[in-house]
Amino acid sequence: MELQAVLMAAGGGSRMMDLTYNTPKPLLPVGNKPLIWYPLNLLERVGFEEVIVITTKEVQKMISTDPKVKLDVKMKLDLVCIQEDADMGTADALRHIQQKVKTDVLVVSCDLITDAALHEVVDLFRAHNATLSMLMSKAHEFTETVPGQKGKKKTGEQRDFVGVDDTGKRLLFMANEADLDEGVVIRKSIMRKHPRMHIKTGLVDAHLYCLKKSVVDFLADNKSISSIRGELVPYLVRKQFSKSTNSPKVIDETHQNLKKNDSNVNLEIQISSRDEELLHLTQERSCWNDHRGDMSDAYHGGRLRCYVHIMDEGICYRVNTLAAYIEANRLAPKLFDEPAVHPSAVVSERCLIGADSIIGASCQISDKTSIKRSTIGVSTTVREKVKVTNSIIMHGVTIEEGCNIQGSVICSNAVIGRGADIKYCLVGSAQRIEPDAESTNEVIVGTDQLMEI
Amino acid sequence: MADCGEPDGPGNKDDITRSKNEGKELSKEEKQRLRKQKKQQKKQKERKNEKSETEKEKTPVSLLPPPRPVATQKAPSALPAPASAPIPVPASAPFHSSPAPSPADKPAKSKAELKAERRARQETDRAAKQPGSSSSGIKTKVPLSELNPVVKRLPEHVQVDDPAVVKRLAKKLERQQIPLRSDYGYKVSLFSHLHQYSRKAPLTQQLSIPSTVIHPSIVRLGLQYSQGIVAGSNARSVALLHAFKQVIRDYTTPPNEELSRDLVNKLKPYISFLNQCRPLSASMGNAIKYIKKEISNIPSQCKEEEAKTKLLTCIDRYIEEKIVLAAKAISKYAIEKISDGDVILVYGCSSLVNNILCEAFEKSRKFRVIVVDSRPRLEGREALRRLVQRGISCTYVLISALSYILPEVSKVFLGAHALLANGYVMSRVGTSQIALVARTFNVPVLVCCETYKFCEKVQTDSFVSNELDDPDDLMVTRKGKTQLENWQDVSSLGLLNLVYDVTPPDFVDLVITDLGMIPCTSVPVVLRVKNLDQ
Repeated sequence: MELQAVLMAAGGGSRMMDLTYNTPKPLLPVGNKPLIWYPLNLLERVGFEEVIVITTKEVQKMISTDPKVKLDVKMKLDLVCIQEDADMGTADALRHIQQKVKTDVLVVSCDLITDAALHEVVDLFRAHNATLSMLMSKAHEFTETVPGQKGKKKTGEQRDFVGVDDTGKRLLFMANEADLDEGVVIRKSIMRKHPRMHIKTGLVDAHLYCLKKSVVDFLADNKSISSIRGELVPYLVRKQFSKSTNSPKVIDETHQNLKKNDSNVNLEIQISSRDEELLHLTQERSCWNDHRGDMSDAYHGGRLRCYVHIMDEGICYRVNTLAAYIEANRLAPKLFDEPAVHPSAVVSERCLIGADSIIGASCQISDKTSIKRSTIGVSTTVREKVKVTNSIIMHGVTIEEGCNIQGSVICSNAVIGRGADIKYCLVGSAQRIEPDAESTNEVIVGTDQLMEI
Repeated sequence: MADCGEPDGPGNKDDITRSKNEGKELSKEEKQRLRKQKKQQKKQKERKNEKSETEKEKTPVSLLPPPRPVATQKAPSALPAPASAPIPVPASAPFHSSPAPSPADKPAKSKAELKAERRARQETDRAAKQPGSSSSGIKTKVPLSELNPVVKRLPEHVQVDDPAVVKRLAKKLERQQIPLRSDYGYKVSLFSHLHQYSRKAPLTQQLSIPSTVIHPSIVRLGLQYSQGIVAGSNARSVALLHAFKQVIRDYTTPPNEELSRDLVNKLKPYISFLNQCRPLSASMGNAIKYIKKEISNIPSQCKEEEAKTKLLTCIDRYIEEKIVLAAKAISKYAIEKISDGDVILVYGCSSLVNNILCEAFEKSRKFRVIVVDSRPRLEGREALRRLVQRGISCTYVLISALSYILPEVSKVFLGAHALLANGYVMSRVGTSQIALVARTFNVPVLVCCETYKFCEKVQTDSFVSNELDDPDDLMVTRKGKTQLENWQDVSSLGLLNLVYDVTPPDFVDLVITDLGMIPCTSVPVVLRVKNLDQ
């Protein structure tokens, strides 16, 4: 087998607690489908037949009952549960499933919504025999107003500095602003090997990584690395150019050590060494070089290589903030071909439903309502004379007559009283809005949640 | 021509005298016919036991028809290949069948009766051989169509402008579950019969990502071929054999199947896939033939593990003998040809020639090298890097400066992609130019080529069978401007990026192979010796 897919669905959604305190992040509805459906659909479209899903017990229970996941996804899902409170990073999770990993892995995050051509990422991985291959995309500005945002958008988002070489494929440098003290420090060895480097800051990391099996084994030995994105990737990128990396000792040695414990060790080492010789012979006889202008061989003789595919066009979102969530809801319908109005929804004739709205299953939309650019969840009841614009209504919500909802997010099982006027608000799960209430730019959540923060 | 037994004696003599009387126009035909008759007699002796005695009666039939079919037989026999020289001409077999028995019958019948009998028997023969064709008008066509099995069909990769062939290929690929790669861009009309692909549309777009139909190492290999990461005849062969080793290692015989037959069938779609990524080279073709032969030679009682290890060692041995040791042998011979003070010209990046030069330098020969390079591949830069890295002093020119630099040159060393059966050298495009200009300047041209690259193809021009590379490679961006950016919009503009060309043997002075130094025209001899060995 060539690649195994691993879906990380144990994250807590720490940057959008208002949405996720009741619904776990993988199950947040985006375009009336649970968030986890999108990466699963991507993997299925590309041709995977099995996925290892790392998630929490709660999510596992909900997934097994969720019809969308059960029916639409034809792949075999191997759900691995980890403790919620164990505070495991993504690398810790990989270490947890090390026994299941038999070949190279493709790690995907559950909050990725994209229509990227995955073969570009995997081709880089295959053709150059890379250790790491990842996907990034040019960031698009979020145009929608985010409910509950007071004042200007805080620029607390720390920038990522990504350095690529002239071809735009080889990853030379990666650091987060948080890790840099004064300025960007680039080692001379990198500049000597790659005199032209392009440093980009406006990129979104899609958190989709192709990793070699030896990296997973390496993680098993190095328990100090707990996050793929935060620690493992920068480590690998740095290791490309470290002096001891004409044979990346750290990774290779652990590989050899693991093999020593195996009884078939001699044969395997022999096989791998003879194959190495042939590969070396091939490279020697091939008249190709990945760079020119200096005296070194292809890849500068380095064995560890990291590649990145940067998408110029296309949809690529990571739904880990409220703004991203809203944007994703806007664009999600473009990714799949289902009818905007679910056949089982009861929609009366005298209501106006805009072309870019989605109505979920078993909804009840009464007369004289106007729904524009919004998403209405499953089993939601919308009574007469309601105006819903630019909003996201999740499942099981009841909206009484005469309400006016604009630019808001109403979470599941909330009840909006009659005549309420909600503008740019976030109404938490199972909340009740009093009739005739007027809220603008507020976050309405339960009092127990407030205590947590 | 040694006659074996002359069973046709009287009949022959009659004929010859007749032809002599009719004039000498038929003499050549007669001679050919005689030769063929003799060959048939030889074959006949084998078939005597099988054929019934009725055949004996056909002997008189053999006399008249020959003049007409001979004319038609000559044409097909002039067709390619020394390989087709011993044309059995099965068509004429019945004519000349078993003349041995009953020559005594002939004088008994008159000529007219003989003619009638002959015609009757011909008709029955033809009716038996080709149900449906009974009219005598097809007489001339019959020998041709029966000769067809000897004529090889054109390979599909040089018939891309024939929609029937393309449809057949598509069907075959569909059966093997391999995606079809579509041609790209406008093709220059002279080369419209060849495939032209774009590097930006890799075949992997249409494959599933954890590739299940095709072994992952083959997918990786195909990608490396199409992106040019593995380029050069030797490198491609070694990479191919390496990938096959992995395929064999991961292979398990399905129940009720034999390894010797099933493994060959498993390899066929992989080979089609690699062909779609980049047309196979002659060296790869020979390597594949060798592997297929080795696989089919595995005895059926051999256990799977044993068979697999045997195959793996065969592959290792093949690489060791045909590539590594051959390179050493060629270097040994070539170094004798390099003297101190030489100025050697090389073209492009040939792994073998680089090897020779590096070895010669290590053996302390004093020489300098001129590297000639050409667009769009600019492989000479890589050759330059490797030679300078060793310490050899080099000069670098583009091919347009060839006649400027040739007066300084004392020898030209060229690498080859393949050596064809008629002595032509197939190599990177530009090689024939180098050989031509070198010949004009009376500079010796030495071609270095391992014997595993010798192939039975015959080609005299670079048009019929070639490879078209991505035309977008010809675009150059200077100072941010790409002049040819919209070349597809200009209807009268076609970009041609050829990969190979053929050099006639008159321009090549010596071919250095692992068997020794041979003239270019001795290639068929080597092929024959190789075939006998195997």
